[in-house]
Order: sequence, then structure tokens, then C-alpha cells
Amino acid sequence: MNLEWMAWTVPTATFFITIFLTLICMTIWQVLSPTTDRRGFLPISTTRGDRLFIGLLSSAYINLAWLGLTDMTIWISFVLGLVWMAIVMRWG
Amino acid sequence: MDKWKDNKAWFLVIPVFILVAFSAIIPLMTVVNYSVQDIFGPDNRLFVGTEWFKEVLSDTRLHDALGRQLLFSGLVLLIEMPLGILIALMMPKKGWASSLSLVLIALPLLIPWNVIGTIWIIFTRPDIGLLGAAINGMGVAFDHTNSAGQAWITLMLMEVWHWTPLVALLAFAGLRSIPEAYFQAAKIDGASTWATFWYIQLPKMRGVLTIALLLRFMDSFLIYAEPFVLTGGGPGNSTTFLSIYLVKIAVGQFDLGPAAAFSLIYNLIVLLFCFSLYQVLLNVGKGEKTS
Repeated sequence: MNLEWMAWTVPTATFFITIFLTLICMTIWQVLSPTTDRRGFLPISTTRGDRLFIGLLSSAYINLAWLGLTDMTIWISFVLGLVWMAIVMRWG
Repeated sequence: MDKWKDNKAWFLVIPVFILVAFSAIIPLMTVVNYSVQDIFGPDNRLFVGTEWFKEVLSDTRLHDALGRQLLFSGLVLLIEMPLGILIALMMPKKGWASSLSLVLIALPLLIPWNVIGTIWIIFTRPDIGLLGAAINGMGVAFDHTNSAGQAWITLMLMEVWHWTPLVALLAFAGLRSIPEAYFQAAKIDGASTWATFWYIQLPKMRGVLTIALLLRFMDSFLIYAEPFVLTGGGPGNSTTFLSIYLVKIAVGQFDLGPAAAFSLIYNLIVLLFCFSLYQVLLNVGKGEKTS
């Protein structure tokens, strides 16, 4: 299969592999111990998958805000995003 | 959780998954790949990291287009939702008149979007158009190709004409599904028409209206074909919405990298709006049930 037309790069490939692995892990986790709705610091009650989605989406916005508002390296906001994801997953 | 283990029905979802993979997921992944590269040609590309995102985020024309887009979607929803509900309330409930009005109302929905644009170009032409010539005949100078305000009015008229039927049909379906007993009870209590609407019909329509609101917001936020045909984004940049600006970058200037970065940001905005709206509407309902 020739994937040249998709113009893959190492960073984007890493990104998508991580996303797919996360989804697979979440599925296995769900089968082993199904999630329940619960209420954390977020204003809505969420399941594990909801929190993953919220975490990913808000991390994207954190990175975009970083790019738009500062001139510093993206790695700082990347780490910020990861920390934020962990917070949302655990206490969201 | 015995149910879960035997649930082989999930395999039936695989065809849809493959279809979506080819029509959405793989193209989206390609767009992500494009957004971090400068594409010179099929075999000639350069990794540029987040440069395009930076460029797009500081683009004032994009900010203006986003503002116009939000204003357009907001205004259109403010008109379409109440108007659609009003039409649904006034439609005949049964008999041949009901079928006839359903068909008549659904007609604009059956017309291809670029044809709608063409219809409205001719309809609003100041020299031969029925509407354009009539307005000019009344002594008001009307030409949407010259005035930004008039271009906006024409676009919104077209959008409302095109999509209010969808809201009306959904609201009508919601109204028809309310059991007759509710109305009988309201009648016995001597409820006014307004009270019946506010306490029975509107709450019972919440589900369909949520769908209508989400669909209409998304569609108007992603609108492309109609304004492209009718105004082409003009006069000036006055009706250049996000999608029109995006196509200008991607196809007009062939700047695939910035266009891809722009698409992703556009996509994120849509995702955020969709998710928040859905949550808000879901939770409004929950509050009502417990109280």
C-alpha cells in the first residue's frame, strides 16, 4: 500500500498512533471494568470516554492559545496539555 | 454485564466504520499531515512544524471571517427557530391539507444548494429579478452586489427561505407526537393557547428542537455553496465566511499547508460548539425532570 499521497511525517504519525493506542486501551479498560457516570470538578457528569474527549479537545485549545499568544516553544504547552489531560481524567 | 460479552452486534458496525474511515478519518489524517508541511508538489515537501498554525492564528482576515460567520449563524438561528415553530403550530394537523402543506414546505429542501444560489441571483437582480425589480420599482435602490448590508439581507433571506422548512418539519413531527390527553387536560384546566404552548408543546418539542438547533447551527456555520454562488464573498470581503475564505486559500492560492491548519482550527471550533451546545441542552432537560 502506497501512502505517499498522505504526506506522512514522523510527528503526525506518532500523534495518530498515540491516539489509536489510547482508544484501544480505553476499549480494553472499558471491557475489563465498565465506566460509570460521575461528577468531578467539571460542571457535567461524565464517563471515562467523555473525560478523554474533553481533555483532548481542551488540550488542543491550550496548544492553539499558546501558539497564538506566545512565541515560546510548543513543548511547554504540550506538557501543560498532558498535565491538564491527567487532571481531567482523574478529577474531572 | 453478561450482556456485553454476548454482544456480537458490534461487528455489524464494521461496514459503517470502514466507510467513515475512507470518507472522513483518512482525509482528516491527511489534512493533519499537510498542516505541518510546506507542500510544493507531490514529491517535494518540507516539514515546518507549527508555523502555519501561528500564521493562521494571527491572520486578521480569519478573525474577521470568524466574526462574520458567528454573526450570520446567530442571526439566522434567531429567525429560523421561532419562525419554524410558528409555521409548525399553524400547519393543519390532519387530512389532505396537512399532506399538501408538508410537501409545499419541504420543497426548498429538495433543491441543490448551488441551484438555490442561482435562483436567488436571478430573483434579486435589480433589472429582471422579481424581488430586485419590485424593490427598485418601489423607489428603494436595491443591488446586493454593491452594498454590504443588502448582500447580508439577501443572504439571510435566502438562508431563512431555504432552511426554516427543516425546523418547521422537525417541530411539526414533535408536535404530532404529543398525546391528545395533554391537550384535553389543558382544556379542562382552562389553559390559554399561550399556556398550552409554553407548558406542553414547547417542553415536549425539546428533543426535536435540540436536533434542529444543532443541525441548523452546524449547517449555517459551515455554509459555502449558497454565498459562494450568490455573492462570491463580496462586495469586498463583506460576506466572506470561514469556508469561503478557506477555499480561497486552498484552491485559489494553492496554499495547502495554511489551508490545512485553518481547516483543523475550523474543525476544533465546530467540535467545541457542538459539544457545548449538546451538553447545555441535555442538562436543561435534566433540571426540568428533577424539579
